[in-house]
Amino acid sequence: MMRLVPHPVLLGSLIVMWLMLTRFSLGYLILGTVLAVIASWAYNALHPVKPPIRRWRVILRLAATLIRDIIQSNIHITWLLLTERRGTRRSAFLQIPLEVRNENALALLAIILTATPGTAWLEYGSDSGILCLHIFDGGQADHYRRMIDQVYEPMLMEIFE
Amino acid sequence: MTPLQSVPLAVAIPVAIFVVLGSTLTLIGALGFARLTSFYDRLHAPTLATSWGTGGIIIASSLMFSFIEGRAIIHEFVIGLCIVVTTPITLMMLGRAALQRDRAEKSPALPPEMLTRPKRKDRPQD
Repeated sequence: MMRLVPHPVLLGSLIVMWLMLTRFSLGYLILGTVLAVIASWAYNALHPVKPPIRRWRVILRLAATLIRDIIQSNIHITWLLLTERRGTRRSAFLQIPLEVRNENALALLAIILTATPGTAWLEYGSDSGILCLHIFDGGQADHYRRMIDQVYEPMLMEIFE
Repeated sequence: MTPLQSVPLAVAIPVAIFVVLGSTLTLIGALGFARLTSFYDRLHAPTLATSWGTGGIIIASSLMFSFIEGRAIIHEFVIGLCIVVTTPITLMMLGRAALQRDRAEKSPALPPEMLTRPKRKDRPQD
């Protein structure tokens, strides 16, 4: 079973995506499954290490937090852009030491930080474990530091480590 | 009667709200991109368009066509997924390239602690 389906989650997601892009019918289900199996073999040849996902429930909590944060920071950044001329905003660079080392967790963190307006991932040193961010609103530096240290990092560690 | 006219008000209003929300956010992001002066600041403005800008338009499109066709049309969300998953790649490349250039030039845009790659410090030995 594991030889035939090396990455069950990837396989499932690919089949769902195929059905979303076409429409649900038995023919498309079979075609999508065949394509997904071939794609997951190809992926297995590139990346034999399987990302260990420990807790599925945390993923839902992470998604809920993320959606709320994205809405909040959209409002915040929109407001800052519209009031830009007053010139009170200063952007800042942040350096945050990270505990997570798992590359899948780091990739997910990069997606989270990029999807949230106001934070841009600049650099991560895998030797030092320090993440350099650029934040649009320097006054919120402590907020972002807390957000990564106390909210996202513990959740990612729960999921992947 | 065109399909658009058959849409009742209860569907049309949320669709309109989401379209206006998404396109306004995208417009504000684009204006910000044009008006901001520092490179690092300009990295932030388009993220409005890639988060709720796209999100609003996708939700509106999905609502509208699900109603007209009478079945759930959700393939728009694949577009959203692809945008969310691929933007970090370009953003990181741009960010790192700018950082590399500014470090080589010792640019005043960087605070002193950013001029060199951060070293491991005050971390417990692991």
